[in-house]
Amino acid sequence: MAAEKLALAKAINESLRRALETDPKVLIMGEDVGKLGGVFRVTDGLQKDFGEQRVIDTPLAESGIVGTAIGLALRGYRPVVEIQFDGFVFPAYDQIVTQLAKMHARSLGKVKLPVVVRIPYGGGIGAVEHHSESPEALFAHVAGLKVVSPSNSFDAYWMMQQAIQSDDPVIFFEPKRRYWDKGEVNTEAIPGPLHKAQVVREGTDLTLVAYGPMVKLCREVADAAAEEGRNLEILDLRSVSPLDFDSIQASVEKTRRLIVVHEAPVFFGSGAEIAARITERCFYHLEAPVLRVGGYHAPYPPARLEEEYLPGLDRVLDAVDRALAY
Amino acid sequence: MTVESTAARTPRRSASTKSTAGKRTTAKKQPGTEPELVQLLTPEGKRVKDATYDKYVAGITPEELRGLYRDMVLTRRFDAEATSLQRQGELGLWASLLGQEAAQIGSGRATREDDYVFPTYREHGVAWCRGVDPSNLLGMFRGVNNGGWDPNTNNFQLYTIVIGSQTLHATGYAMGIAKDGADSAVIAYFGDGASSQGDVAESFTFSAVYNAPVVFFCQNNQWAISEPTEKQTRVPLYQRAQGFGFPGVRVDGNDVLACLAVTKWALERARNGEGPTLVEAYTYRMGAHTTSDDPTKYRADEERVAWEAKDPILRLRRYLEASNHTDDGFFAELEAESEALGKRVREAVRAMPDPDHFAIFEHAYADGHALVDEERAQFAAYQASFAEEEGV
Repeated sequence: MAAEKLALAKAINESLRRALETDPKVLIMGEDVGKLGGVFRVTDGLQKDFGEQRVIDTPLAESGIVGTAIGLALRGYRPVVEIQFDGFVFPAYDQIVTQLAKMHARSLGKVKLPVVVRIPYGGGIGAVEHHSESPEALFAHVAGLKVVSPSNSFDAYWMMQQAIQSDDPVIFFEPKRRYWDKGEVNTEAIPGPLHKAQVVREGTDLTLVAYGPMVKLCREVADAAAEEGRNLEILDLRSVSPLDFDSIQASVEKTRRLIVVHEAPVFFGSGAEIAARITERCFYHLEAPVLRVGGYHAPYPPARLEEEYLPGLDRVLDAVDRALAY
Repeated sequence: MTVESTAARTPRRSASTKSTAGKRTTAKKQPGTEPELVQLLTPEGKRVKDATYDKYVAGITPEELRGLYRDMVLTRRFDAEATSLQRQGELGLWASLLGQEAAQIGSGRATREDDYVFPTYREHGVAWCRGVDPSNLLGMFRGVNNGGWDPNTNNFQLYTIVIGSQTLHATGYAMGIAKDGADSAVIAYFGDGASSQGDVAESFTFSAVYNAPVVFFCQNNQWAISEPTEKQTRVPLYQRAQGFGFPGVRVDGNDVLACLAVTKWALERARNGEGPTLVEAYTYRMGAHTTSDDPTKYRADEERVAWEAKDPILRLRRYLEASNHTDDGFFAELEAESEALGKRVREAVRAMPDPDHFAIFEHAYADGHALVDEERAQFAAYQASFAEEEGV
């Protein structure tokens, strides 16, 4: 296989398969990842081909999954663990924050923890409570962790390869509502650096910054805005920590306006960090305040209300209007 | 097995007292309700027979017995020095192991070089057995680092502050050993308080499900800061193992010989592919939880007095003397060695340099991080501004 169209979930599956083939130390762990192939089938067929010693169905205990993955990493393995849904990561949050993130520093660099924590995240699929959240800021705030989120199949494939090869723990947020979107994956391409943002659409009037599920929305926004004669640039961040401020700055110096779009609550979210730093870096370039479009400071609502809660075309276009009105 | 029946603080209810389940009781312990515990040396230093565990110490030589005694005495001396150093302001905090020497030395000496140890923050005696220089244990308490030794040099993981977290790391490590087809084992230390933590229960589940070669060594020192064991459990802790599908055993934690034998047995089970074991070392923390604590506020003096009669070091000394395994020269030499150790540790602590300012940023990440690089540069510029002001 060189280049073919793959759904995002399948791209991750192929990437995990490649990692299992390439490195005997790579392990897949999680609830239902074996015979079922995960509730989203991301690990489909892997246990069949690599066995129960490599693709490990675990007890239903998230702290246990991450805690034992830490032990396996200390023994020289490279575990890739699946947390079934975003809202289920919290039982493991202690292990991730107090142990996974800190052990390298605590050991003055003697210990490395190459653990990838895969989390299907975000809303838009009509799920029940705790199945639609976007907790990436909670992880980005913690030193010692890296936080990434692909928006398309190519990135999903290659960013997973890079995450597994990283000697740092990586929280890998998978945009679950984009799992079925197909995109071209060239498995022989040389990917860009894991933590570098990418301009996915050139523009001159305003920069939209997004990652994961919101990149597709921003494309739709840019198309709609183009009909009104507005030329928007879109930056796919790909990585929330580290965050590629240089690329954002370069874009803002060109367009002079910035809107950050994410599903997570705006309050203390990654958009707040971007707005603050870009204001510091680009104060004299900005023609308008940095605006943010995201979730509200409220629990993720029941499915019948999620379209009101989630950033949609009109809410982002409204922000575009406000930014351009300055 | 013999039954020890003089514990001043014991779980107030064994599994057999179902009739009072659910009711608060302060009734005194009923005779016969105290679970049995493995004991090879009585508090008076008399050797007692145990059909199951004797064979694990059958070949022990007088020299090895003296070695266990030496380990306990030096560990206690080190611990006393660290407590003094805290009182003198040289350490920010200290977690004393006073009273737990037998549990730690017995279990620590049962491990093999290729075994791996996951401690809490009080396993100074186990660290001693693993060959970690005692001075290195003090860096984190002095505040110059968060670790102080390379875990892979002695297969002794760094101290873990969050209660119970390390039991899962131990289990995962043991799962890795099994995958590697190695025959080494893992021992995870934790306390009676940690037994209430979800991570400990999850580590029991994972280790049982994957038949991981791990020994859970719970030092029940009767107190989790100010909370007695009865605030953690309604059944004796070793019985928890049964519900997870592996054996649990309670050992006299003040009996170094019994701790050695039982841990050897449990490690042997692990090596033989028989899976995890829970060992509950029934012991007593004679000092405070840490130097920040004040045990006089929550426990009676009589309790400590009762446990002092079961002092692990005194017990072995009586046995050594009764067996003519030592002479006065041995004790005198050990006393001199203890003092030398105290002096060496004291000097090492006082000589510990403060870390370089830039250590803040070191090792935050293995592969680097742009924000850390940026903030390090800002910090450097800020630091340099002082040098400029001073005209350096």
